[in-house]
Amino acid sequence: MSKKNKNKLDIAAQQAAENAAALEALKKRREKEHRKMERSKGTNKRVGKSWKNDVGIFLLLTVLGLFMIFPIYLSVINSMKPVNEFFIFPPKLYVMQPTTDNFRDLFKVANNSWVPFSRNIFNSIFVTVVATFFEVIFASMAAFILAKCRFPGVKFLNQVIVISLLFQSTVIYIMQYIVMAKLGMINTYSALILPLIPSSMGLFLMRQSISQIPDAMIEAAKVDGAGLMKICWGIVMPNNKPALMTIIIFQFQAAWNANGGSMVYDEALKTIPVVVQQIAAAGIARQGAVYASAVILMIPPLAIFIAAQSQVMETMAHAGMKD
Amino acid sequence: MAYKSAEEILLPNERKMSAKEKREYTLHEMKRNKICYLMIAPFMLLFLVFTVIPIIMSLPMGFCDFDMAHFPRWVGLQNFYTLFIEDDVFLGSIRTTLIFALFTGPLSYALSFLLAWLINELHPVLKTAFTLIFYAPSMAGNIYFVWQLIFSGDSYGYLNSVLLDLSIITTPIQWLTDANYLLICVIIVQLWISMGAGFLALRAGFQGIDKSMYEAGAIEGISNRWQELIHITLPSMGPQLMFAAVMQIVSSFTVDIVGRMLCGFPSTDYKAHTIMTHAFDYGWVRYEMGYASAVCFVLFIAMLVCNNVISRILGKYMD
Repeated sequence: MSKKNKNKLDIAAQQAAENAAALEALKKRREKEHRKMERSKGTNKRVGKSWKNDVGIFLLLTVLGLFMIFPIYLSVINSMKPVNEFFIFPPKLYVMQPTTDNFRDLFKVANNSWVPFSRNIFNSIFVTVVATFFEVIFASMAAFILAKCRFPGVKFLNQVIVISLLFQSTVIYIMQYIVMAKLGMINTYSALILPLIPSSMGLFLMRQSISQIPDAMIEAAKVDGAGLMKICWGIVMPNNKPALMTIIIFQFQAAWNANGGSMVYDEALKTIPVVVQQIAAAGIARQGAVYASAVILMIPPLAIFIAAQSQVMETMAHAGMKD
Repeated sequence: MAYKSAEEILLPNERKMSAKEKREYTLHEMKRNKICYLMIAPFMLLFLVFTVIPIIMSLPMGFCDFDMAHFPRWVGLQNFYTLFIEDDVFLGSIRTTLIFALFTGPLSYALSFLLAWLINELHPVLKTAFTLIFYAPSMAGNIYFVWQLIFSGDSYGYLNSVLLDLSIITTPIQWLTDANYLLICVIIVQLWISMGAGFLALRAGFQGIDKSMYEAGAIEGISNRWQELIHITLPSMGPQLMFAAVMQIVSSFTVDIVGRMLCGFPSTDYKAHTIMTHAFDYGWVRYEMGYASAVCFVLFIAMLVCNNVISRILGKYMD
């Protein structure tokens, strides 16, 4: 083997070692942070910490928690109430004869409109999946670049992202409508999906989390000759799973609950929240069905959040704004 | 065109770059980082079309008379004149929005901070459970219409039935249509759904504070939890506080749909009529998009100003 080649190999080995070291360092840091969190979770001795205090806090939180959970509980029991129980005085806090009629009723009513309800369910799932998929890809790439690269305009863009956190979809909905009307997008899937993709919240959370990853790791990969694209997906993202999970969850919630009712008027394009509103407009006769649909709508985001709760908390720890 | 070698330009403090050199250097840097621009392009393009342009466009549209069907007609300051001088409903809506921005916003901010703090004092299992309970309403999205059952104006309403039972009232109160009560009801529901991303950030912030800080504090003579909160916890949570503040501004300036759903639209005496509701009214109901844009523009400015004030205050506190 020629000396030159050997040299090259040496350098490559060294770089690989550096790379591994950087990864190791990151892992160690993560572990340390984790331990720190674990420690702060434990019940160490603290000033003014006594079981009396803890019980007091627990009772206070329970009372407030009941206030928070009561309306959700109400909608769950109402989804199971037969019609006659809606008119009992005084109103009961439990169901006497639980029934699944409301759910059946909901599908029947929804199926009797112009398109089958399954179409609306498909729309909701389609919009949510596509919007979440592209948001995660686009926002992750952009977040990586904005957090780790220096190029003309990066500071400005970072500031714009922070300010735009103020202008979430509800505020700019009308203005978005005008823009989309000009672009001829009204009443298409893209009117439902495209505005959901550039979520500055997702980009912001991702950026904050990526900026915790040591520069050395990225530099090492650069020396290895990896392109930015490869660094982003091969090195940064695999080491940043909690943040990925978090923006998936937030985006899923946003897309699932998004009410694009003004953007589409074709029945075949409407999502579940829009249909639910139409059913709710029928008033008292459809009460049960409305609560049934509310429960159905509520379950997916709740289930996903419960499953990924700890990863979300880890990401939110870096959510702070330092200007 | 040949530009000077990188060293020559990059040498700091040697001499000031001329405007032309600066431009060339920037151009050079832009070319060198082409891939960066390519990678942010998909997000930024959509961001430009669906966020930046709508915000910026609200100003020129505000100067127009526009109904979506005809070409926008320039009317100058007419919309803004009508808005602030003649439109009594709008002036009322400013009042309602200010109630939410100056009263409900800080209240729910303090509440989410307090709750995050209290939850953090508990056992890990309870922590998870309570976080979920308090975050659930904001996650459940469109479910606020259940409050209609609670605030229902007849005796089937839960609140009325309890109050009647306890003989506190003798006739049912029309919570959602009585001008005296409806704003309070909307405020309660708004507080109920306000424990969102900001609350989560605060919860995580508390969790991330180094335990040893407290031990050091105890040695330094901190004697109760209140002092601990003021001297140790708060100063190390500045960034999270800022993030939560932004989330709070967003939610308190955009109160709209809860009021419309619960109190009807328009609500009695326009009591639950916020600036957002006004924009909804002119945008979606009357299709006077020019006027609606003017309303939106005023709202954007108000939010930006509020954001600046809060970041100043928090910035001072953090240093």
